[in-house]
Amino acid sequence: MSWTAFPNAAPLEGFLGGLLIGTAALIMLLGLGRIAGVSGMLARAATLSRSDTPWPMAALFVIGLVLGAIVFAQTIGPVEATFPPGWGWLVAGGLAVGFGTRLGSGCTSGHGVCGMSRLSKRSIVATLTFMAAGIVTVALVNAFGGAW
Amino acid sequence: MRSLISLLSGAIFGFGLALSGMMNPARVRGFLDLFGDWDPTLAFVMGGAMLVMAVGWLVQKRMSAPIADDSFNLPGTQIIDRRLLGGAALFGIGWALAGLCPGPAIASLGTALQPALVFVAAMLAGMAVYALVDRKPG
Repeated sequence: MSWTAFPNAAPLEGFLGGLLIGTAALIMLLGLGRIAGVSGMLARAATLSRSDTPWPMAALFVIGLVLGAIVFAQTIGPVEATFPPGWGWLVAGGLAVGFGTRLGSGCTSGHGVCGMSRLSKRSIVATLTFMAAGIVTVALVNAFGGAW
Repeated sequence: MRSLISLLSGAIFGFGLALSGMMNPARVRGFLDLFGDWDPTLAFVMGGAMLVMAVGWLVQKRMSAPIADDSFNLPGTQIIDRRLLGGAALFGIGWALAGLCPGPAIASLGTALQPALVFVAAMLAGMAVYALVDRKPG
C-alpha cells in the first residue's frame, strides 16, 4: 500500500506494526510493571546501568527482539533494509545513540511510545527534541552532499 | 513466568518492528528527511503503538500491582533539565546519521548481522563511556 503523494510510504504496514509494538509495551507494563524502553533494557542487559530491573528480565527482552525479527523473516519474508554505505555512519550514529539515550534516559520506545502515551511532559519534550535534532541532522547531511 | 513474559514482549516488539518497516534505516531516514522525499510511515507506527499504550495506561491506573510482579516500577521524575535535552538531541543526531535507534538495531542482529553488529557495538561503547563518566562524583 502506498500513497501517490508519498510514494515510499507504507502506512498500513506501519500502523499494524505499531499496534504490535504497542501490544509488546502493554504486556511489559501490565505483566511486569515496567516500561518497554529498549535503550534502558539493553544497558541493563549489558550491565551498563544501575537500573533495578532484574538482569534476566532485561536480557530476555533483548533476546526476544532478535527472535521476533527472525520469526518474521522466516514466516512472512525477508526484512527489507538499506543501510548507510560504509561503517562511518554506523559507528558515529551508534556512539551518539548509545551515549545520548543514557544521558537522556530513553529512546523512541521509552520516551516516544511509552512516555508520550502516558502524557509525560518529560517524554514529550525528549521526543520533540530528538525528532527535531534528527530532522536538522538529515537536512545538514543532505546539504553537505552526504545523502544515502 | 516473568522470563516468559519478558521474552514474549521482546519477540512481539521485534516482529512488530519488522512488519512496520522500521528495521529499514533508509525508511527511518526518509521520515527525518522532511525537506526531501518525506516518508510519513514512522508517524503511523508511533500512532498505532501509542493507541494501544494509551489503553494500557488506563488499565494500569486501576491495577494495584502488575500481573506477574509485586509492584509497578515506573519512572516518577518530571524534571526537564539539560541532561534530558542534551541526551535527546545527541540521540536524535545519531538516529539520523545511521537511520537506526536501539530497537531496530538489536532486532537487525537477526536479519542483517554485519551492519547491525557494527552499530550495536558502537552503541554499547557509547553506553559504556556514559557509565564511566556518570560514575565520577561531581
